[in-house]
Amino acid sequence: MSDAARSLDSKRRRQIVTPEGVPLGVTVATRGSRLMALILDYTIIVLSLIAFSIALLLIGINLETLDSIDNSGGEFLVVLFFVGIFLMLNGYFVFFEMGPRGATPGKRMVGIRVAARPQGEAGERLTAEAIIARNLLRQIEIFMPLSFFSGASDAGAGPAWIAGSLWFATFMLFPFFNRDGLRAGDVVAGTWVIEAPRRKLAEALSLAQPHTETSARTYRFGPEELEVYGEYELQSLERVLRDGDDKTLEAVHQAIVRKIGWQAGSGDEREFLESFYTALRAKLEGDLRFGQRKADKYSAREGGPPR
Amino acid sequence: MRPPALRNPFAAKPLPEQPDIEAAALRSDRFRLEREGDWRRLEQIVRRLERGSIRRLSDEDIVDLPVLYRQAASSLAVARETSLDAATLRFLEDLVTRAWYQVYGPRVGLFRWLARFLGGDWSRAVRAIWLDIVLAFTAMAAGVAAGWLLVARNADWYFTLVPGAMAGGRVPGASRAELAETLATGSDAGGLSAFAAYLFYNNATVCILAFALGFAFGVPTLMLLIYNMAMLGAMAWLFASVGLLPEFLAWLSVHGTTEFAAILLAGAAGVHVGRNMAFPGEASILSATAEAGQRAALVMLGCVFMLVFAAVLEAFPRQLAGFEARIVIGAFMLLVWLSLFVLVGRKGSLDRGDTA
Repeated sequence: MSDAARSLDSKRRRQIVTPEGVPLGVTVATRGSRLMALILDYTIIVLSLIAFSIALLLIGINLETLDSIDNSGGEFLVVLFFVGIFLMLNGYFVFFEMGPRGATPGKRMVGIRVAARPQGEAGERLTAEAIIARNLLRQIEIFMPLSFFSGASDAGAGPAWIAGSLWFATFMLFPFFNRDGLRAGDVVAGTWVIEAPRRKLAEALSLAQPHTETSARTYRFGPEELEVYGEYELQSLERVLRDGDDKTLEAVHQAIVRKIGWQAGSGDEREFLESFYTALRAKLEGDLRFGQRKADKYSAREGGPPR
Repeated sequence: MRPPALRNPFAAKPLPEQPDIEAAALRSDRFRLEREGDWRRLEQIVRRLERGSIRRLSDEDIVDLPVLYRQAASSLAVARETSLDAATLRFLEDLVTRAWYQVYGPRVGLFRWLARFLGGDWSRAVRAIWLDIVLAFTAMAAGVAAGWLLVARNADWYFTLVPGAMAGGRVPGASRAELAETLATGSDAGGLSAFAAYLFYNNATVCILAFALGFAFGVPTLMLLIYNMAMLGAMAWLFASVGLLPEFLAWLSVHGTTEFAAILLAGAAGVHVGRNMAFPGEASILSATAEAGQRAALVMLGCVFMLVFAAVLEAFPRQLAGFEARIVIGAFMLLVWLSLFVLVGRKGSLDRGDTA
């Protein structure tokens, strides 16, 4: 990850504090992923509305051949049609966001969810009222300008189009004018949209060595060799080892060997790096227990006794 | 000790074998290995909850969920200070966040929520925005007066205020008989339920719009109310000019008491949000808006209920019932709504807090 990407990412990090007093990091969803989710959701809605209408039409035609459309059967279908449209347009988001995942199918696909925005520090629970409020606002964000456009065909097409586009732009650009990417509905409801990653627990690297017996004894690192790196380098090394790309492993191997002033061997990069990782982690964690943190290779140790 | 339980054939797979804890070189790895089983179990429970299959969770799992959650949270706090295994930290952080949403999420079923909503939450929310209801009512009354006065001065205003589609045969210059015809009782209910569904759709959209426009500090909401009521005022003048005002009011009151109450509440909800944005008081604008928005959303959901009622009333009794029946139905509905808002749920507190 480049430095620019890292700083962008950290801009979206927020902290909430659980009732147990444990601070949790959450990441505000990007505006792009939210747009993607919106498009996916409306695709689903439109497709199901079309399917719904076609189904009603097919039933309606059958009824008509049996009887006239004026009878109660045909009328019942018209009732169904209006109720169905209303429920799909307004109920879809509310129904799914009230579920345990707090996300519509579109949001789930891009890996984001709705959550209550903490007022102050403590995390809050997401309430049904909040979800209803945030979705009612879609009426002015999306459907109002659409009615401008559809009304534009009658008279005064130019002004109506301009007004509609301005209106639409105002609400679509709303998330760009605040830090948390809130849209108008989020402001009114006190919610925000955050990333909802689901990670599996990866194997511990320091354990994943079937051949500990042979290799751990091959490499021994002294304190001065482990002194040069900090936590950031440790985590980069962890990432490299988990990716397991041979070329990168070789390059990292070379860099480390040069840095600690050893002679570069070859053919044994992976084992070297794994034992180096374990040794470095043991060293840094040992320091941690004494309250000393070393963020990266440039920083002096924090919190330790002055030397 | 737990008593041995019968194994459910659909229960989760047994957890993977643990590596030997003693063999781990690092203290942080030993920490992880000792707790890993609990974390995985918590993850399994949370995953099921997220999938919505709460019924397939065993009682044991549900009892253990809060315990496992607190353990994982404290593991996270400890790991942050002692472990540098980034993968474990990230996993724990995600797990605790996900579990937190489940443990502290809104764990109320839709039906229980609805029961509580009708049994007091709605009425309390309506009472809480009384000031905005007064404001919205003033705007509506002003709208009616404005419509009446404008048309009384100059009948041409009528065509500006009432769109052609709404007017039907009700235009200035129409004879008394023609106007009476528009209020007449229909002979059968053919086509009326479809009409009701359309009316509901239309009115609900207007109501939601009135609420959503409150976002612009409530001003457009008030304007919308005034405009819509001016239309009513103009029509009232028209019928009064031929001496049919009581009949018109009776015709209107069947569904009107419900529908205008709903529009009044929706407008008031919009004004409430706008007013709290403009004058947040002690709280920050964002939190004041959020609080007002959630209260207003409750009122709005109630409006949708009322509109379903109104549409049914509009389609059937209004077209079928006679003069006295119309008055009785209208007054009765008004009484029902008023007593619902004034009397129901007086005991509970408005502060919803942890009951949600």
